[in-house]
Amino acid sequence: MTRRARPARARAPARGLLEHFSAWLTRHAQVAVSSLGQLTRTPGATSMTTLLIGIALALPASLHVSVESVRAVMAAWDRSTQVSVFLKTEVDDRKAAALGEAVSRWPEVDAVHVLTRAEALAEYRTFSGMGELVDSLDANPLPAVLLVQPHPGPTPGSGSPGTPGAPGALVDRLAALPEADGAQFDLEWVRRLQAIAGLGERTATVLAGALGLAVLLVIANTTRMTIQGRRDEIEISKLFGATDAFVRRPFLYTGLWYGVLGGIAAWLCLGAVGLALGGPVARLAALYGSDFRLQGMGAGVGAALVLGGGLLGLLGAWLAVSRYLRAVKP
Amino acid sequence: MITFDDVSKSYPNGHQALSHVSLHVDAGEMIFVTGHSGAGKSTLLRLVGLIERSTQGQVIVGGQNLGKLSPRRVPYYRRRVGITFQDHRLLTDRTVFDNVALPLVIAGYSHRETGRRVRAALDHVGLLGKERHLPESLSGGEQQRVGIARAVVNRPAVLLADEPTGNLDPELSREVMRLFVRFQQVGVTVLIASHHLDLIRQMGKRILSLQSGRLATDSGQPLP
Repeated sequence: MTRRARPARARAPARGLLEHFSAWLTRHAQVAVSSLGQLTRTPGATSMTTLLIGIALALPASLHVSVESVRAVMAAWDRSTQVSVFLKTEVDDRKAAALGEAVSRWPEVDAVHVLTRAEALAEYRTFSGMGELVDSLDANPLPAVLLVQPHPGPTPGSGSPGTPGAPGALVDRLAALPEADGAQFDLEWVRRLQAIAGLGERTATVLAGALGLAVLLVIANTTRMTIQGRRDEIEISKLFGATDAFVRRPFLYTGLWYGVLGGIAAWLCLGAVGLALGGPVARLAALYGSDFRLQGMGAGVGAALVLGGGLLGLLGAWLAVSRYLRAVKP
Repeated sequence: MITFDDVSKSYPNGHQALSHVSLHVDAGEMIFVTGHSGAGKSTLLRLVGLIERSTQGQVIVGGQNLGKLSPRRVPYYRRRVGITFQDHRLLTDRTVFDNVALPLVIAGYSHRETGRRVRAALDHVGLLGKERHLPESLSGGEQQRVGIARAVVNRPAVLLADEPTGNLDPELSREVMRLFVRFQQVGVTVLIASHHLDLIRQMGKRILSLQSGRLATDSGQPLP
């Protein structure tokens, strides 16, 4: 009985640094586990909030993934973009070869492939499916073609619509050749597609910002309601010397869990979308002779979603608790 | 241990809870603060516990001028002060053990040390067998004793009790008071706000009485 209470100062526990650290670690682990346990005790509310966060995160992520996939395909197209110069039929193969040689030395030209009249006919026979019709012709009606590969732009496939002026000038110059009948350049629609992809990317960014804010508010509001339910506990804890950090800790962990679980849910949503669309997309791509696949369902996107969700969760909870703590300051 | 130097406390609504109170309490002393409800008893205790700050004058506890304590240091100060409340303020969804353990959990004690100290504190208030109970299953007197165990579990230098016998019958009230005397005997400075004049006169301790926020008498002696 008499060895009971003494002034706290005199009896302050003399603890080693290591023991202090391990106690701190234990405390965090306990709060982390207990806050997760608290979430599992209300599975309905928890899964609804988690799903809400998951969908909000999955929307911009899926748009980003789609744009990235289109980008990857366009980069390949960009490299294969070429100008076809149709020569006049009176230009024979030798002259065509010489002209090709000359054009290939132009600074804006990367490479030139000369398709002779015979080769052009052979190619037409193979790919048009009208071989018999071709065979029935007396003379070869096809001109020789120069397939001119321009120097790749400064940033091929980077999303900037590019300057159509430079390739356009090349087309004009090629068309102006006395031997040329015409020059054709099919880059315009690629540029348009790039612009659309750029718009898609921008939309994804804006959407990510807006929905990220939504996630933040959802978690802040959920935290605020949890605080309302635990007012007594917070007040009493503060009366017995709880620091703001102590009060904040369980809520921060709850916010973190919500965000991480939401990130995982978003990743699963994305995976489900990928599974549902993967087959049809591959079939569609195969029809266009492309091996296009939806990209970016990998671990990188998953990690980004979980990390982003976790950070938003922490921040949302922090905002809610800090607002409350400011309001109850003694 | 506790010094009030011309302390006043007024609220934003204009209510003057304490006016020019000066007093001194030695370390290890036990003091009763009495007066009608609204006389300022609770306010005086809340100023010592730093639940509120004075609007004028200085409150010094254990050599620490509370007016100069930054908000960041307030939690650490409160860990050296134990408080019990008239309405007990126990967490109804936690066991008796968890309620008493709260100050130790806040202060970051290890699991083992916490268990040891909580059981010692419950032993002192005679509730060792009830550690797994929820507060609602206990009587009013038992709940008050849980509150006392929680207040002393961190071995504070100062123990504040606001109407600890508010709803108890005379026999239980005396028992609770004897409990406080035992803490005083081991060196704790004890401040008890109570309007049970008959009971506190029996205790034979110093009595301060407040009237409308002013210190009226000290141990029955009118002040100049």
